[in-house]
Amino acid sequence: MAAVKLVSRRCMIGSIRKGLANAIQNNTANILHHFEWKNTNAVLTTKSQIYRCLSTISAERPVVRTTIDEEELRKFVLLSQQWWDEQGEFEALHALNRLRIPFVRDGLLNQRGIPPLDITQPLAGFSVLDVGSGGGLLAEPLARLGAHVVGIDAVGENIKIAHIHLQQDTMIAGKVKYIEATAEDMVVTEEEKFDAVVVSEVAEHVTDLSHFIESCCRLVKPGGSIFITTLNKTQAAYFLGVLMAERVLHLVPAGTHDWNKFIPPVDLQYLLDKNGFVTRLVHGMFYNFLGKKWSWIQNTSINYAVHAVKIDSTKSQTSERKFKNDSIST
Amino acid sequence: MAASIVRKCSTCFSIGRQLISLYPMSRRLQTSSSNNEYLADIVISGGGMVGAAMACALGHEELLKHKRVILLEAAPKREFKLPETFSNRTCTLSLATIKLLNSFGAWEEIQKMRCHPVHRMQVWDSCSNSLITFNQEEMTQELAFVAENDVILEGITRRLDAVKDNVEVWYKTKGKQYIIPGGDSSEDNSWITIHLDNGKKIKTKLLIGADGFKSTVRDASKLHFVTWDYKQTAVVATLCVSETENTVAWQRFLPTGPIAMLPLSRSVSNLIWTTTPENAKYLLQVEEERFVDAVNDAFWHDRDMNSVAVNVGNFLTNISNNLMQGDTSTRQLPPTVTGIQAGSRASFPLGLTHSSNYVRSRVALIGDAAHRCHPLAGQGVNLGFGDVTCLRDVLTKAVYDGSDLGSLSYLVDYETQRQRKVLPVIGTIDFLQRLYNTNFTPIVLLRSVGLQATNTLTFLKERIIKEATA
Repeated sequence: MAAVKLVSRRCMIGSIRKGLANAIQNNTANILHHFEWKNTNAVLTTKSQIYRCLSTISAERPVVRTTIDEEELRKFVLLSQQWWDEQGEFEALHALNRLRIPFVRDGLLNQRGIPPLDITQPLAGFSVLDVGSGGGLLAEPLARLGAHVVGIDAVGENIKIAHIHLQQDTMIAGKVKYIEATAEDMVVTEEEKFDAVVVSEVAEHVTDLSHFIESCCRLVKPGGSIFITTLNKTQAAYFLGVLMAERVLHLVPAGTHDWNKFIPPVDLQYLLDKNGFVTRLVHGMFYNFLGKKWSWIQNTSINYAVHAVKIDSTKSQTSERKFKNDSIST
Repeated sequence: MAASIVRKCSTCFSIGRQLISLYPMSRRLQTSSSNNEYLADIVISGGGMVGAAMACALGHEELLKHKRVILLEAAPKREFKLPETFSNRTCTLSLATIKLLNSFGAWEEIQKMRCHPVHRMQVWDSCSNSLITFNQEEMTQELAFVAENDVILEGITRRLDAVKDNVEVWYKTKGKQYIIPGGDSSEDNSWITIHLDNGKKIKTKLLIGADGFKSTVRDASKLHFVTWDYKQTAVVATLCVSETENTVAWQRFLPTGPIAMLPLSRSVSNLIWTTTPENAKYLLQVEEERFVDAVNDAFWHDRDMNSVAVNVGNFLTNISNNLMQGDTSTRQLPPTVTGIQAGSRASFPLGLTHSSNYVRSRVALIGDAAHRCHPLAGQGVNLGFGDVTCLRDVLTKAVYDGSDLGSLSYLVDYETQRQRKVLPVIGTIDFLQRLYNTNFTPIVLLRSVGLQATNTLTFLKERIIKEATA
């Protein structure tokens, strides 16, 4: 019985993959990967650690053993450790979790209106798509809160890395799926399937923003939410987000960000509005690189977060207008 | 053929087991029989008062109810029956500690057994007439409670039984080896493996070290610490006193170290006498009658009086009495010790230990493992319980934010909050210990004036009470 379930799940993923393979061929738009990948400072790990990971993988998914060779696995284990090193290259992203997880959690809970049945699983019943999932930094915490998470990333390496790390925690391993795909790919099969789509620190890397946002918006169920965190197109953002962060303080690898792709909040709101979304919240974020901590601020001129809700056309016109009025005050 | 069937079966079995372990609400024992390996969310090493309180606090926290907590305790489970006689090991519990114990119902259990209120504290110097007293307004409200360590631990243990589902206490079990990934860097984010002395193995997301000032968790985590010996020994005993109320805690600073008497009941008090190792040896050996005489003498004698300090002190007292009327902080006389509970004498060495870091990725230290101080202010265990309160709150927040329990980002919050509180306290205590460990006239004069001034400045005293109790 249990084995049958496992097989059916694999088939499902397999069919999604097939659909995606077709889709990828026609699709020109592509999400760029979060950060340029650097493997220069790979750190040696002990043999036992690799064997441990090897044994975990083979125990969890017996079929995988034949497709990943040992040398490759060693590489991914190392990369996974880099992604998940809280004081390493992705320190700022790890720290951002303390803002963005509560942001998504409270946004979804407020949207639903009723308190969760089980406080330990506040997001139970929500399906969330994490666009640009990277190492799974956002997907895993959301799954711990009870959500079913699909993480997509255009970079196949990231999918493997995220999967390796996910296997560590058996409590959430069944709640997260990682798929190598772009948001545009997903639209083919998964339109209006998700309660929430999270686009965190991704939008500023995209070449065709309008098309990208449209795809993300189409994936959201009517009444569902989209959460976006990104960088504003201001001089302050250039100074702190590019010059200081990349060149002076080396918080992120050089070349991570291209100021020309940064997005003013108004433009983002316009795009969301065009796709049938009502913006509920726009809030500034500030990274204190000395204390390594993010905090919410009023000013949106550097980093900011947006929460928008898809208008549910099945609901009556009046309630919608009332809803719109509510959102203006925030 | 048969072999292949067996292999298939074992594969099915392992897949089945994987699925069971995937099921998040599953509270079953996750173990693979072959290598005796268990999985836990939090492992607490050391089931003393602080470690047990940690387990209890986590177990009673709504948000952590699905987390599997394992408490490792080297001693066997004991069947506790409240003895007639009082134990010589006691604690002064601050109001903040009582609030914590109340949050999981242990305080009620302790009160059902026995504890005694302290309404007033009097601290005075043997080299001068300076003194300081602490009491809440009108002496109706308690400053603190004195309870025996055994009673406190029993109260907590009873409440641990109430959360058996998610908190397991493994008695007669000790961590033999802690494998903490990452070494000096925190690159490797995988879980901690604990090899136990009974051959079992636990993998955990978070390891809490509550294993005392010789913490093996701290050593295994390679956390740096500072330590020094006070070259003093504490002598404890259970005393019979001639008192009617007995709700005052007494402490007198002698040049050899402070001597304190804490009320345990109407007629019984606990003695903590810090003195030189030689004197301690003598005190433990002499007949009980001679010991009682020595205690009375230590509270009453005038041998150490410094004439300069006495004169200056008297002069200042006159001024302050003229300036401020209706002063409540008058000197009271300590009760006379009439006897000692047979065989209740014991001694232990004193020192200061402070870990420079209380946390690293997947490890947190609490209680004496993080900080140990001189008992002169009775703050040691209260600081430990303060750690419990803080770490519980930090972990609860981490869980509500979906974070990994071992995430350094949240653990650092615990460290910051606690060090801000603990460092000033143990710094002050260490300073006081040094200040009063001499009879050098200028120092005696300075400390007498200082103590007298503090006693007169009501706002300062209120502040101290607030700091010590909250």
